Amino acid sequence: MPFWITLIQIAVVIGVLLFSVMQIAYIERRISAFIQNRVGPNRTGPYGLLQMPADVVKLLLKEDIVPKNATKSLHDLAPIISIAVALSTFAVIPFGDSIELFGYQIRLLIADVNVGILFLLAITSLGVYGITLAGWSSNNKYSLLGGLRSSAQLISYELSMGLSIIGVLMIAETLRLDQIVQKQATYLGGWLPAWNIFLQPVAFVIFLVSAFAETNRLPFDLPEAEPELVAGYHTEYTGLKFGLFMLAEYANMVTACAVTTTLFLGGWHFPYIEYLGLSPIAESLLKVAAFCIKVAFMVFFFIVVRWTIPRFRYDQLMNLGWKVLLPLSLANVLVTGFVILLFS
Amino acid sequence: MSSNGKMIRKKDLTFWQRLYIPEILKGMRLTIAQMFRRKFTYNYPEERFSPPAPFRGRPVLVEENGVERCVACGLCSRVCPALAIEVQAAETPLEKERYPVKFEINMVRCIFCGFCEEVCPEEAIVMSQEYELVFGSQDEAVFGKDKLLVPAEKLHDRLEFLRQHR
Repeated sequence: MPFWITLIQIAVVIGVLLFSVMQIAYIERRISAFIQNRVGPNRTGPYGLLQMPADVVKLLLKEDIVPKNATKSLHDLAPIISIAVALSTFAVIPFGDSIELFGYQIRLLIADVNVGILFLLAITSLGVYGITLAGWSSNNKYSLLGGLRSSAQLISYELSMGLSIIGVLMIAETLRLDQIVQKQATYLGGWLPAWNIFLQPVAFVIFLVSAFAETNRLPFDLPEAEPELVAGYHTEYTGLKFGLFMLAEYANMVTACAVTTTLFLGGWHFPYIEYLGLSPIAESLLKVAAFCIKVAFMVFFFIVVRWTIPRFRYDQLMNLGWKVLLPLSLANVLVTGFVILLFS
Repeated sequence: MSSNGKMIRKKDLTFWQRLYIPEILKGMRLTIAQMFRRKFTYNYPEERFSPPAPFRGRPVLVEENGVERCVACGLCSRVCPALAIEVQAAETPLEKERYPVKFEINMVRCIFCGFCEEVCPEEAIVMSQEYELVFGSQDEAVFGKDKLLVPAEKLHDRLEFLRQHR
């Protein structure tokens, strides 16, 4: 595959990702309004669709304020780390099967890293630096508390997240995300899609809960718990830098949904598509659409959960992480191992 | 607490309640059901709230046959806790003998308590259903008789409400 095709892929993926992340913020505001029996933003453009572009322009035009005693270099660096980490995780996620265009066989995946999952885990754990540095460099006690909370939270939930993935890896026998999806594109007993959610339901739940904690979404949004910490780690941020944090937060959410889809919901697998008898190009496009729909469903799920469950207390958060999820994921690995030993 | 107000201890929870996940799904069903309920809010400038008769909007003077009912007794200005009403009486050849030559309500001071309406012996000052009050300056907020006089037909709902409940 020539180099320039990868470049085009990167441009397309970043463009689509940034656009969808922006619109997800709008969709979240709209859905949360509906849940609270309100109407939500509907003034700017048709159905309020231009609300988020307008907000972005507003953030761009705002003054960039750095507190007097803040460490300016770190204060500037923190949002860059956050957004870079949030966007670069998408590099290894396969968003479709291969497609044949203009005589080239293009694989719909930017970087086929042979340790895809490890890359993913490593990059997402870098995200904690963005938040911690933001809290630390702001020279504000609330920001610092937010940063500390987030580092503790991310570290404890990363563990159960990694362990829950092991069950999936044992079934797939590979670290390549591409092949994990391929493995799921078969049928159990001839009719049920062999998605890992059916094979590894416990791992799915553990992964999902950890994903909520990793993306700092409610019910685990302690780093920015408004009633306690003003706005947490980004209290002292304004304008574009604040916008980058918000963007990173939503991008993280999309990435978490995409990873969940890839690992547990069969990625781009469109059940029973081979019986439809479509042309290869239509089939590939439908697979990309299937991936997008699954991610959209997960995003909707994230939003609904946000408005359903109240925030955890900090000790409850740690109890859940260390006393429930970690032993459960270890037990899951053990049981999966026994089952594989017995049946193969 | 459960829905019937009984205290539930952690040790009394059933296995499925302890598992927490079915309960979360139940909660999510409730949340999603809320999305399809009627909206409470209005698209304000296009859709406006038309208040029911008990609503206390801005106080107005009732106008009957082109004349205000008010006899300028001054009770409203006496009872007004915010000192928003100013009345100046004068004589008139009409049957009621007295009329307010000047009747001013300072809408910046008015607290919409409705005491003036309650105390009025003639049912001459009532709370209307208008709630859109915007002023550009302090002087603009002082409503004279020109703005306060409203024909009785327009206030029918409120007058009817007062007749029933007073």
